[in-house]
Parts: sequence; C-alpha cells; structure tokens
Amino acid sequence: MGSIADPNCVAPNSSQTKDKGLALLKYVLIGTVFGIVFVKAEIISWFRIQEMFRLQSFHMFGVIGSAIVTGIISIQLIKRLNIKSIQGEAIVIPTKEFKKGQVIGGFIFGLGWAITGACPGPLFAQIGSGYTVVLVTLVAALAGTWVYGRFEKYFPN
Amino acid sequence: MNQFIEWISQPWPWYVAGPMIGLTVPALLILGNKAFGISSSLRHICAACVPAGIPFFTYDWKKEIWNILFVLGTAIGGFIAMNFLANPDTIVISEATQADLKALGLTNFSDLMPLEIFNWDAAFTGKGILFFVIGGFLVGFGTRYAGGCTSGHAIMGISSLQWPSLVATIFFMVGGFFMTHVLLAPLMKLVGF
Repeated sequence: MGSIADPNCVAPNSSQTKDKGLALLKYVLIGTVFGIVFVKAEIISWFRIQEMFRLQSFHMFGVIGSAIVTGIISIQLIKRLNIKSIQGEAIVIPTKEFKKGQVIGGFIFGLGWAITGACPGPLFAQIGSGYTVVLVTLVAALAGTWVYGRFEKYFPN
Repeated sequence: MNQFIEWISQPWPWYVAGPMIGLTVPALLILGNKAFGISSSLRHICAACVPAGIPFFTYDWKKEIWNILFVLGTAIGGFIAMNFLANPDTIVISEATQADLKALGLTNFSDLMPLEIFNWDAAFTGKGILFFVIGGFLVGFGTRYAGGCTSGHAIMGISSLQWPSLVATIFFMVGGFFMTHVLLAPLMKLVGF
C-alpha cells in the first residue's frame, strides 16, 4: 500500500514530514477559517449559486475571481522568492495533466453543482451550519465518488 | 467587542471573502507543503471506510488525514459562523433570481437555502431524491472524474497557471448553466413543484 496511485487526480500531499498529533490541528484551524468565510460571504447559499448561473449577481464571480488572483500572486511569490515550507522543504506545486475527465467529469460536476447549490467545500459548511439534511447529499457524493473509483477503467480518460 | 461582533456579522463582501479563500493556497503550501483541494476528502473517506479492494481506493489514506481534518474544520467553521456570527438581517437575493425561481415554484426567499427543499421532510420525497441524492451523486462522481472541484481546479489549478484546470473550470460552468437553464425547470416539475 503506497501513496495515491494517480497523483494528478487529487490534492497530493507532497510533504516528506509526517504530521503528528497537534501538528495536525493547524489543518482543522485553516479549515475552520475557510468554513466561516463560506458562511459569512453566503457562498454556501443555494440562492447565490443560482444567481451566479443566471448571471444575475456579480458576487460569486467576484469571490472566485479574487480568490484566483490572490492564489496566482501567492504562488508567484513562493516560486520567485523560493519560499520553503515551515518544515524547511521545497514547496511542490503539483502538475495537472489534461484528461478527458476534466471535460466530461467537469460537466457532470457542474450539473450537480447547480442542483445542490454546493461544491464539496460548502457541503461540509452547510452541514456544520445546521442544514443537517445535507448529510444526505454528502452520502450521495461519497457514493458518486465510490462508483467512479469502482468503475474507473470503463470511463474514457 | 460588541461592535466588532456586529460588524463581522454583516455578510462579507466578495473582495474580503475571495482573497481569504485564495490565501488558503499559500497557507497550506507553507504550513505543510499541501496542495489545496477539497473533493479529495471524499475519496479519502471512501478509502478509509469502503475500499473494497478497489485499486482506486487502495493507498495510505492515513497520510492524507490532513485533508479530512480540513473539511472537519470547514464544518466547525460553519457552526461557529451560524451560531456566533450570524447575520441578523434577511438574506438579500437578486430580484431577477427571485422572479425566475418563483416561476419554478419556489416561494420562500428568507433563508440562505430554499427551506421548502432543505428540510428532512422533503429528504425522502421526489424533491429530496433530486436535490440531495441525484445532485450529490453528480457532485461526487463528477469531481472525481474531473480530478478536482472548484478548489482543486478553479482555485489551486488556475492559480498555478495550469490550463487543464482552466478547461475543467469552464466545463464546471457549462454544466451548471446547462442544468440551470435547460434541465432544472422540467426536473422540478417532475418532483412536484
């Protein structure tokens, strides 16, 4: 049992250091801030996603657009200033290879995004916010992930 | 302090939320050399709970536990925001969107979610099957097939200037537009709206 078979397919863990105990707590904390932002900017709202897909509000385009701009600047700074991780490792930015899945799977995810009003991040924030019925959506999303994994070789990629 | 809570309880504008989400990218890279991506957590949960000998789920998921802790944090963040920092005012939804959704049969625009769908009574009716079961399945299946979601592709992927992620993001949007403008109306009719 090694690490993930297809590193292009996930958010890979490039760290050589094994996080243990309290060191893992920082991921809970970053996730918590992320969840607060999701609720406070109403990104978890089903209505905001409808506004986006109906081109009737700039809000979500502003959120995603400014997140990308911030991400681009951050990664450029990390690369140009050769910033290391706090463990002293060289930071690894995973490369994504083009696959048919990005078109077909991307389209399928888009269909689901417009129905549920949530991509995977907001799903967790919705549940935490008290919309417990979204647990059904989460279980269905796990089922979808599992079915993809089980029948992976039959889907063009 | 009370004034601060009152101020922070207002809905946050996009130019605050977007950069904060964007900063998750360098935060994860610098604090742990981790690439931002959320839908992977669904895969890790499958690998942890029902690997069933499937190669796609046979890997050391414990090494990826940080990703599951991250989404656990996201749920905790949702709890904190809703219970301690909730916006006291009603959500403001675009008039045009309200009109479009009224035409589809929705009537309640007072909450972040349409409450006539997002409740346990609806869960095991046609509405629940469409909005939770089918919708959720498409999200889980589609993100894994695409190799990422809005965070892994749209934010992490485009931020690191990778064109395959841009392609994926374009098709996320195409799928969303197609569902919203073509399929949603007949599907909602089908489940009793």
